[in-house]
Amino acid sequence: MTGLKNFVEKAGLPRLIIGSFFVVLIIVALALGLNPQFLFSDIIRRWMMYSILVLAMVPGVQCGIGLNFGISLGVVSGLLGAVIAMEVSFVNGWFYHFGAGAAWLTLLLALAISIVVSALVGAAYGMLLNRVKGSEMTVSTYVGFSSIALMNIVWIMLRFKNGQLKWPIGSGLRNTASLQESFGGLLSDPAVYQAPRSITVYEGISDIGSVSVQQPKSLGFLAIDVNNSGFVIPLGLILVFALCCLIVWLFFRSKAGIALSAAGENELFTLSNGINVDRMRIFGTSISTVLGAIGIIMYAQTYGFLQLYNAPLMMGFTAVASVLLGGATVTRAKIYNVIIGTLLFQGILTVALPVANELVNVSALPEVTRMIISNGIILYALSKTRGGNQR
Amino acid sequence: MNKKIANTVTNPHNNFSERIKTLLFDNKVMIVFAFLCFGAFMVSGMQLEAVVGEVFTRIARNGFTVLSLLIPVFAGMGLNFGIVIGAIAAQISVFAVVYWRFTGLGGMMLAVLLATPMALLFGYLVGKLFNKMKGAEMIAGLIMGYFADGLYQLLFLVLIGGVIPATDPRYIIDGGMGVKNAIDLTGSLKYSIDRVRIIDLALGLLILVAVITVVKLILHLQKRRRIKTKDLIIFAIAVIFYALTYVPAIEKHLFADRINLVVALPLFLLFVIARNVLAIYKNSKKPEPNFNRSRNIFFIALSIVAYILSYVPSLESLVMSIDLPVLPYVLITGLCAFNNGLLNTRLGQNMRTVGQSQTVAAASGINVDRTRVIAMMLSTVLACWGQLIYLQNIGTFSTYGAHLQIGQFAVAALLVGGASVSKATNKQALIGVTLFHLLFIIAPQAGNQLFGDAQVGEYFRVFVSYGVIALSLAMHAWQRKKPLEEISAD
Repeated sequence: MTGLKNFVEKAGLPRLIIGSFFVVLIIVALALGLNPQFLFSDIIRRWMMYSILVLAMVPGVQCGIGLNFGISLGVVSGLLGAVIAMEVSFVNGWFYHFGAGAAWLTLLLALAISIVVSALVGAAYGMLLNRVKGSEMTVSTYVGFSSIALMNIVWIMLRFKNGQLKWPIGSGLRNTASLQESFGGLLSDPAVYQAPRSITVYEGISDIGSVSVQQPKSLGFLAIDVNNSGFVIPLGLILVFALCCLIVWLFFRSKAGIALSAAGENELFTLSNGINVDRMRIFGTSISTVLGAIGIIMYAQTYGFLQLYNAPLMMGFTAVASVLLGGATVTRAKIYNVIIGTLLFQGILTVALPVANELVNVSALPEVTRMIISNGIILYALSKTRGGNQR
Repeated sequence: MNKKIANTVTNPHNNFSERIKTLLFDNKVMIVFAFLCFGAFMVSGMQLEAVVGEVFTRIARNGFTVLSLLIPVFAGMGLNFGIVIGAIAAQISVFAVVYWRFTGLGGMMLAVLLATPMALLFGYLVGKLFNKMKGAEMIAGLIMGYFADGLYQLLFLVLIGGVIPATDPRYIIDGGMGVKNAIDLTGSLKYSIDRVRIIDLALGLLILVAVITVVKLILHLQKRRRIKTKDLIIFAIAVIFYALTYVPAIEKHLFADRINLVVALPLFLLFVIARNVLAIYKNSKKPEPNFNRSRNIFFIALSIVAYILSYVPSLESLVMSIDLPVLPYVLITGLCAFNNGLLNTRLGQNMRTVGQSQTVAAASGINVDRTRVIAMMLSTVLACWGQLIYLQNIGTFSTYGAHLQIGQFAVAALLVGGASVSKATNKQALIGVTLFHLLFIIAPQAGNQLFGDAQVGEYFRVFVSYGVIALSLAMHAWQRKKPLEEISAD
């Protein structure tokens, strides 16, 4: 009996409930005769697709700003980097000049721009959060919302030439821009390495209309379709996530990382040891924002589309809920919380869609499930911490 | 109009320019917003009459909801983003009433009867939850709203039709499960509050006063409470007023359900003047340290000037062109009076004490948790009624969207009026709702004129509403942090 109690305490009640719900859902799905190959590749794909965004919560929580609902700042920086990179690549005819390498170059440029932008934005945001200690979560939620709303204006005002990005008629950028003719699926979609893609060339570069680009088959290990059965392992994406985890893990073992964690754990103690707490918090917020930017680019390349405007509005909530589901608290978060939490959260949503379609035929059910689980878990965590870090 | 609250922060300054400075500083959000509205209006090239008419419609529609935010602020629980839950209660009952084919004012009363207990229960639960997360009420309320929205969608998408038997093809999706996206209220509840005639209102008021008097009389006969002559006088006045409605010359005006601004404006100005004169008179008898006589004189002068200005022909025609729905404005006035009256009761005083310091409140024997739960229940019920007013005016009930932005917009409107997380008044709520909706109406047109795209204005408007909330939350946290730092510096 005590063994069971200990187990429940250690694993945490919400994780047990949600975990068993997940297992039941999978059993139901298999019993309904859904294709297990597709089901499990979907789970892995979505798990890895969101994981870097969720990882972005860790430095935020550790440095003491609490749950970073303002991850939207990182998200919009990432989106900005991606659209600029795509436009630069299109206008300069990279695919015409460099062929297959252009997709990789675009991805790298997108990452480079968004890392720089998000680091700066994150630092400024960290300075703001230092001024509002004790109300970080409320303020960051609305800073996140405002940043999305502000970028809505930017998206609609941008005058780009890339047909994938702009509306065919009218002005501004599309709601969802396809990454088919750019870096979409490079790290996760086996189809990219199996057949060539036709890519439109800008009239200013050449009037040949379009070029056919084939990614080298030797890079096919990045997205493996096991025995052509439909079971896909997105190795590239997994590697990128593992790399990010490794960097974060190493960072928290470095001197700066330990100081940063200490700042989040006990401000006065850290201060008395001569560590500049405010600077550590700015640093942590900045890292969190950068990871958010990388996260959204990885998300977009897996999904195959860049979602602008209000699509990322609630992404912060999803990330926060995932890390809490993984066992993090408002004051402490670890990398394994990210891995477990994202698997459970995204796993349920992935399986719920086909199961709901089979059983009740209400297509909005997974969305409803998402809302209830994600907000329920955040409320649960807030009530457990007695007002979190709010003073 | 709560001078006591309004003046706790701004001490009277001797220097005149100092005073102007504090006045401007305290109202900075409002002033910036007023300039923004003015500029946008100039750019948009819209007709003044159309804009002003629309603003008054929207005040009637949303004013009540914004005012429902005040009580939690008094109780120190911050801006209640959880009013979404009250709106959800209203929508469930509106759906039930429409589904059962009740119509008109009777249907609306049934909706109120159904929604109120639900809202009380929801408010109780939210209040209990908030007591577990003291200090994080705002973020909890926001997330609570999204959580409740999830449950609401579950109810309307799956349970109704799926579990709860409902088959009417007018409202249920073809498959037999879930409620349709939009429900037309035309012919059922649309305008059921807006179209109430003044004469019916007078009858309702008489019945209300009569019932209260009878209850007091019964209590008196049971010797539990002494009846005062004041109660009887009020009843007599009500009877006389009702008798007056039978005078033909008066009666013919009372069959209308709308009142022209030409009539309403002088009434309002008279009220402002009477209030300020009363304040000056009271102060001359019992001087208060925070009293600021020139402020009252200023308001009296302003009212007189406004009245004179309404005779300028162009303004007069503008004023004449606006008709106000009677009952919504009566309800808004009633809620303002309720908010003010509450502060003078023991419960209201307790709320304010709890709002200032929970430790002090607990030490002086106030049940802090209970007071906070009551504040949440009141706010939720009021928000629920506000949503009923909103739905009957807008006429189409968008099943999955009508409640979503209600918390956001109401909070933003209140903040635009110059309120903060810890301080809000009726006046700020009303000014806020006016300015906020002014921008709402004008922004798309202004965006169209400036950028050739109405969508820009639309996005700008959304940005402003989020931005205003972010800014005032940040400023509040910033100011609250300062005293703490000064203490730790010693």
